[in-house]
Amino acid sequence: MTERARNTLFFIAGPVLFFLYGYAALNLPPWGSYRGPYGDAIARLVVYQRHATDIVNAINYDYRGFDTLGEEFILFTAVLGVSMLLRKEESALTKPAGKLSDEVALSGAVRAVNLPALLITTIFGLYIGLHGQLTPGGGFQAGVILATGIVLIYICENTSAFWRITSHSIVEVTEALGAGAYAIIGIIPLFAGLPFLCNFIPLGTTGDVFSSGTIALISASVGVEVTASFLLVVYIYLQEIIAGALSEED
Amino acid sequence: MPGILHSLPYFVAGWLLLCGLYGLVTSKHLVHAVVCLAILQSSTYMLLLAIGYRVGGAAPIFADISTSKLVVDPVVQALMLTDIVVEAVVVALLLAMVVKAHEKSGSVSPNDLRTLRG
Amino acid sequence: MIWFGAGLLLLIAVTGAAVVGTRDVTNQVLALGFYGLLLALMFFVFQAPDVALSQITVGAVALPLMVMLAIARMKFRDQIKSAPLGSKSSEGCRD
Repeated sequence: MTERARNTLFFIAGPVLFFLYGYAALNLPPWGSYRGPYGDAIARLVVYQRHATDIVNAINYDYRGFDTLGEEFILFTAVLGVSMLLRKEESALTKPAGKLSDEVALSGAVRAVNLPALLITTIFGLYIGLHGQLTPGGGFQAGVILATGIVLIYICENTSAFWRITSHSIVEVTEALGAGAYAIIGIIPLFAGLPFLCNFIPLGTTGDVFSSGTIALISASVGVEVTASFLLVVYIYLQEIIAGALSEED
Repeated sequence: MPGILHSLPYFVAGWLLLCGLYGLVTSKHLVHAVVCLAILQSSTYMLLLAIGYRVGGAAPIFADISTSKLVVDPVVQALMLTDIVVEAVVVALLLAMVVKAHEKSGSVSPNDLRTLRG
Repeated sequence: MIWFGAGLLLLIAVTGAAVVGTRDVTNQVLALGFYGLLLALMFFVFQAPDVALSQITVGAVALPLMVMLAIARMKFRDQIKSAPLGSKSSEGCRD
């Protein structure tokens, strides 16, 4: 439909939606008066049943672990879709010789801070990933932090190092291994007669890093997969630009 | 007046939903439309957060508080975590489609890309 | 504490409208980053630290990064098409 018709339809439907929604929102219980039984029941039980102190992580990777398995495969499939959409075609335009724009030289301070920043980011990412069952954190956040550490290399103008890390086929293999490890951790209890994704490893003491059974393992596999996925997406978007810039330097 | 104060987060969530919809409908650049979709999704975070909040409740981490304290709802926060992951994934895929559409047709405005061709 | 939360909610409403109202795409990325950080602060104030960490890493780092990469790739395509083959053109848009 034309743009005018679209705008008219929105300006009729929008206020109607807002008034109906406002009427419904005014009739909800007041904000801040949570009475539901499910959240309190889980909060009482988690520390005794799973020896984990981070309830949200325990819910994500244990009580509702099946939903997180679906979410990991959403991530995997989306990266697959992005790589198929933006794959190199034979009729790709070739880059003309010479530089396309004036490059402003990067200041020496940014290049000097590259290695310390990368070190701190990697250690912080590993800490967040390993302590997921104790304090806020977990596999997903750690994966994104580690991936942004490697993108930091590209931002500080070390393009050839970034290209060597992300164009290696090990990134794709790691992503597939991470996604598969989650499913395998779920399938193994089936051989012992336990339900799918059951927490079958000894639980350990509360407060230890190696506690709470499969939660830590699943968290680690999710972290590995998310790191590789994010690096793959950045590599796919930057493929043409970096390949052109690198062939210029030769 | 007490009515609005009792349901302020729900109204802010509805306002964000309408803003995102308005931006999506009247957008002239496909990437602008994708970012407005991200704003739309963030209105659901606000709604979920407001449902689970309890005044005087602590964060649902028992690492340093005793297990008998009242906490806010942790189940809804687990839903929000999945929601944030799905938002990032959807934006990545949509941006890949925008880049491809720009490659094939040369224009980046939604009004020029109205007919589906081969 | 409740008044701080209410004020933060109003600020988020205004910022959300500002992100939608920014029509230039490169400026909108910065507004999106600020909006993500503000959302993370709100999650933190409302006792959801796990979600706040997730929102900081995704909504304030990964999302603006991906949008900027898409914009850069589209500009690169435009530059290739407009610069004739084999010439050294020194005026392109510097992202």
